[in-house]
Amino acid sequence: MSDELRIKVENVNFFYGLKHALINVNMDIYKNMVTAMIGPSGCGKSTFIRLINRMNDLVLHATLKGKVLLDGKNIFDPDVDVVELRRKVGMVFQKPNPFPKSIFENMCYGLQIKGITDKRILYEKTENALKKAALWDEVKDRLNESALRLSGGQQQRLCIARCLVVEPEVILFDEPCASLDPISTRKIEDLIVDLKKDYTILVVTHNMQQAARISSKTAFFLLGELIEFGNTEEIFTNPKDKRTEDYVTGRFG
Amino acid sequence: MGLSDKIYKYIFMTVALSSFVFLIGIIIVLFSEGLPVLSSTGVMAFIFGKSWYPTSTPPEFGIFPLISASLVVTLGAMVVAVPVGIGSALYIHEIAGVKQKMILKPVVELLGAIPSIIFGFFGMLIVAPFLQDLLHLSTGQCAFTGALILGIMAIPVLCSISEDALSVVPKSYREASYALGANRWQTLWKVIMPAAGSGVSTSIILGISRVMGETMTVLLVTGGAAMIPKSIFDPVRPMTSTIAAEMGEAAVGGAHYHALFAIGLVLFLITLMMNMIAEYISRKYRMKLGQDV
Repeated sequence: MSDELRIKVENVNFFYGLKHALINVNMDIYKNMVTAMIGPSGCGKSTFIRLINRMNDLVLHATLKGKVLLDGKNIFDPDVDVVELRRKVGMVFQKPNPFPKSIFENMCYGLQIKGITDKRILYEKTENALKKAALWDEVKDRLNESALRLSGGQQQRLCIARCLVVEPEVILFDEPCASLDPISTRKIEDLIVDLKKDYTILVVTHNMQQAARISSKTAFFLLGELIEFGNTEEIFTNPKDKRTEDYVTGRFG
Repeated sequence: MGLSDKIYKYIFMTVALSSFVFLIGIIIVLFSEGLPVLSSTGVMAFIFGKSWYPTSTPPEFGIFPLISASLVVTLGAMVVAVPVGIGSALYIHEIAGVKQKMILKPVVELLGAIPSIIFGFFGMLIVAPFLQDLLHLSTGQCAFTGALILGIMAIPVLCSISEDALSVVPKSYREASYALGANRWQTLWKVIMPAAGSGVSTSIILGISRVMGETMTVLLVTGGAAMIPKSIFDPVRPMTSTIAAEMGEAAVGGAHYHALFAIGLVLFLITLMMNMIAEYISRKYRMKLGQDV
């Protein structure tokens, strides 16, 4: 596994109005690795992941201090095109959010807004992405059906495929299995592990077992602070901080 | 079930059924009072007849001039109301800040609370003379003025319902779109608008119904000539204002009287159709979403 640095988070502070949601966070994220963010609800892990594709831009009255360097370039610099950034950094959300359109239209959306209209190319890329997301066999005969008719787990894999089809380099998963049953969860987890060979992956999860199963590095957040960040195995077996230990052993959370 | 439960049940049932009774009653009256003329004149001759001379001898009851007046005025009103109404909804929803929205939406809705008679005399005394001078018309009281005023009156319906439809589109669609690299306008046109589509179409149809059924304003501003309009600047007499203007002078039980009821019947059937189309669109849309209907 390469240890190539992809994202460097430097002294990030984030405020929702007066609420200090992230306090002086520093973190290094490496290529071809799954990095998990764990911590109790409201600890800032989702806020953190939403910085990486600047999804927090949509939040009113939010302020940010510090830098997030993607391949050495601060993504908050004024000359950064946020549309370009989001094509490079894809995101899968907590609740599956397919558009109320057909499966095929969902897949094409990201490509069409990029200006790709050739049906053949659209179809080819759709097929590839759906195969990568392990959904192709289940939907290949019903691409024109409404995406909302799929099961929750299928919808989430469609959202992953929809994210893959625009060929991002980094993928952010914000509690991707929070609303799914164990079998669907298993499929998504396998998929994430499988995807890390091609992508840099960040996963927010409230499920510690999930972090242990799929990630190489784990970050533990508490009340907006990054308490501990290191190899997943160490975080779970030999945490340095008392609070991490209390959390991973289930004493609170 | 206790006695008081039963009493409550029947009280509420009576109240709930009253609309149904009123509707049935109105339909019965429209048909029974309107049918005599339809049978004596003939349905086709009544609807497509080109002359409306209810008081000459023998009277002629062809309401095509009145129907075409209603259509021209309604169409014109929609040309005004659709872009302005939906445009305001988009502005309020998408661009205006929280403070602007808090002021703008009630203001637009207040426009809808103005009684139609006020729009009517505003149109007759201010807009019509103004347009007459501006465009050198023989009279300012014409289809164009009517369409303009009715269009303004329909803006609140379109704006308010469209804005409601836009605001119930789940935030997650917007996030998904942004996350795929779409900008604000792509998100608006390709995701938010289609998702709000049924609400927006419903607003248009309800706007049409509102304009079709509007009486006071058209009576005052459209000029009242029962002729098939050759241009939008001709004076016209839509169906509603015909009924309002002539019901007072028609002898009860006479042919003219029945003819006016028959016009009411035609009007009712048109607006009924509009409501059914609106219902159909939202039903189809919910099916597309995969929801239960």
